[in-house]
Amino acid sequence: MAQQQPYDGVVVCAPVTVPYTRYSDKTAHWWAGSALKELSRQTGLGPADFDGFCFSSFSAAPDTVVGMVQHLGLSPRWMDHIPTGGASGVMALRRAARGVQAGDVDLVACVAADTNQIDSFRQTLAGFSRCSQDASYPYGFGGPNATFALITDAFMRDYGVTRDDFAKLCVAQRSNALSNPHALMKKPLTHDAYMAARPIADPVHLFDCVMPCAGAEAFVVTTPEKAQELGLSTARLSATIERHNAFAEDPVQTRGGWARDIDALWSAAGCTPQDVDMVQLYDDYPVIVAMQLADLGLCDKAELSQFIAAHDFTITGSMPLNTNGGQLSAGQAGAAGGFQNVTEGLRQVLHCPLGDQVPDAKRALISGFGLVNYDRGVCTGAAILEQDVLR
Amino acid sequence: MTNPLTPPKRKDPLLRTHVGHVSPNLRSRAATAMAARAGQGRFVLQVCHDCRRATYPPRDRCPVCWGELDWQDQPRGAVIEAETTVRSSVDLFFRDHLPWRIGSARLDAGPMAIVHLHGDVKQGDRVRMELKLDRGGNPALFALPEKETSHMADDPQLRLFTADPKVRRILVTDGREATGQAVASALLDAGATTVFLGNADPLMRYPGQDRIEAIDGIEPVALNLTDTGSIEKLAAQLGGRVDIVVNTARFTRSGGVGFGGKLSDLQSSLDLEVTGLMRLAQAFAPALSARSDDGVNAAAAFVDVASIHGLTGNAGFAGSSAAAAARLALVASLRGEMAQTGIRVMSVLTGPVDDRWHQSVPPPKVTPTQIARAVVTALQSGQETICADDVAQDVMARWQADPALTIREENK
Ligand SMILES: [Zn+2]
Repeated sequence: MAQQQPYDGVVVCAPVTVPYTRYSDKTAHWWAGSALKELSRQTGLGPADFDGFCFSSFSAAPDTVVGMVQHLGLSPRWMDHIPTGGASGVMALRRAARGVQAGDVDLVACVAADTNQIDSFRQTLAGFSRCSQDASYPYGFGGPNATFALITDAFMRDYGVTRDDFAKLCVAQRSNALSNPHALMKKPLTHDAYMAARPIADPVHLFDCVMPCAGAEAFVVTTPEKAQELGLSTARLSATIERHNAFAEDPVQTRGGWARDIDALWSAAGCTPQDVDMVQLYDDYPVIVAMQLADLGLCDKAELSQFIAAHDFTITGSMPLNTNGGQLSAGQAGAAGGFQNVTEGLRQVLHCPLGDQVPDAKRALISGFGLVNYDRGVCTGAAILEQDVLR
Repeated sequence: MTNPLTPPKRKDPLLRTHVGHVSPNLRSRAATAMAARAGQGRFVLQVCHDCRRATYPPRDRCPVCWGELDWQDQPRGAVIEAETTVRSSVDLFFRDHLPWRIGSARLDAGPMAIVHLHGDVKQGDRVRMELKLDRGGNPALFALPEKETSHMADDPQLRLFTADPKVRRILVTDGREATGQAVASALLDAGATTVFLGNADPLMRYPGQDRIEAIDGIEPVALNLTDTGSIEKLAAQLGGRVDIVVNTARFTRSGGVGFGGKLSDLQSSLDLEVTGLMRLAQAFAPALSARSDDGVNAAAAFVDVASIHGLTGNAGFAGSSAAAAARLALVASLRGEMAQTGIRVMSVLTGPVDDRWHQSVPPPKVTPTQIARAVVTALQSGQETICADDVAQDVMARWQADPALTIREENK
């Protein structure tokens, strides 16, 4: 495989999070428009100024990026629609960066937006994908909780990871969420409360599950010159990876596509896992966080339990994890859940966090994981963002 | 082991009957093709023409080499690699049946599948897979213990995929004929609480009447399928007390179309078998549908016993075959309607019956006992179409392979 070309001449800036709500009577279009409005406030730019638009959503039907462009009055010369949910943030970043680098586009607004109307979660589940409608949801209609329960069951047995280990991750994320004013979960979570929570689909219990909500996230990918002109702080993209439908032969998913490409990520970034100041890992369930700690090269999978015990995952700890609280504590706003790792990592390296700042943060590891098409997440990605210029 | 079922307590007539929900029935065309085979009791997966590998979930091209796929019978073994107990669901039907156990199964045929688990199956077990139909008529993989366990069929999760006669009350339409009597006895032997046994002419004695009516659990009822009033009266009288309807009524006479057939025979046959079936469905379908999720003796099935020659026509029995053909068409439509309400519609297909109307037909001929066994098997397995005997099986196999050829062969 060829070595990844560096992302020279590309910067990432202007992280936006539109505060989430548990339910919303608004549409995905409204939420996307809210994110653009906030981008406009930060950058002083309007619809005519963005020549690139990258969009991700589950609830914009029947519209794709095309409908959204006309709905929101954009006239881009470059656009993309990313249907990969939890992996969409990293993928938007990669695609927009190459568009900018090649000169196909100067200024890309990357937006993920989803609404959560009463009962829309059930309707999304019932027709989510061909394989799920045929072969997974009819099996008890437990939704992703049931699918990830099977994954968690196998993972705990194969790698000796326990609920106590998951508790440590979830408790740390909740403690991080308490400084984020937008997080939906506002009460501290104790280890005992985690352990005593009611079972949802064994061994998945209540605090292993995200709360579906409405929300939007956005960021801008552009050239260093344009960012300077706009007076925006910037981050550089050191390296990225992306992989879909990896290890299809594994009976139950106990590793993700990251494991296949992780050496390429660190090698292209020119740094090691010890050099990152925080990790913003996709966290639909703690088992996926644990899986990534190993698959992203932070530890050996056989020593996961010891690794989790040895680290402090809070904002001031030895390995700050999901510093906005992650989806587990901030809420899962559909496809925006796949963007929030990017926006939070970006905010931390640009020193403009929603909540507490990771001390002296310069480098973030960001991951994405998306689309339970049948029995496992199909799409994976990861990126390393580094502080460039603070303005 | 499974806790044995006990008959339910008498129902409080003032309580609102539990609404029988059917899960979303959105399925791909490939999954629907799987259902059609599941209905015949087959355990099938798609296999690639080129690389010969089996695939699941249903696809439209091979994921290994992009070859064409077709459905083939597969070995039924599997190992459960992971399991969970679902305790929360957004679906109205499953919410009423939690907790619900599922697992990840490595099928001996190769693919992984998410499957329903019998209560006696756990992670790490070798299991025997069955391809069932769910209440909405969609395919469902169900893992059973590899070896029979005690009261295995009483597993509450499994019973939602069958129409097991145990603790159910069943209407058998025609007690005057040997077939109806054999079916009634077999259903009681299989654990039915009551069999309401129809008699079209209560003033006329029939052969075997004393013996069958003396059996504990048989309740004779007046029922004439050619008389709408008689059916409506019975439906009003039995109301929500019938959980399964089995229609065994036949009017068979020999004769051709241009030669030897009597118009009056054809009219009698159509009135009893075709219009009679529709009268029966119209009288009982609403009450069955209203009770499709009403506890251990929830209403479960409508079974129709008809001649296999409804598929093909049959030289020498043209009128009867025409009636059977109409019957199969009505049953197919009724199946689609009842899939919306959670009631299974089943066809038991037979070759020529060993009775006075088939004296000139050489053996093998199907006996009433064989038909009764097929009715019980269909209900216990939840199977949609079942052939009761060798002749029916032979015609079915040939018809599936080459319908046009089989039609010619059966009319020579
Ligand atoms: Zn193939």
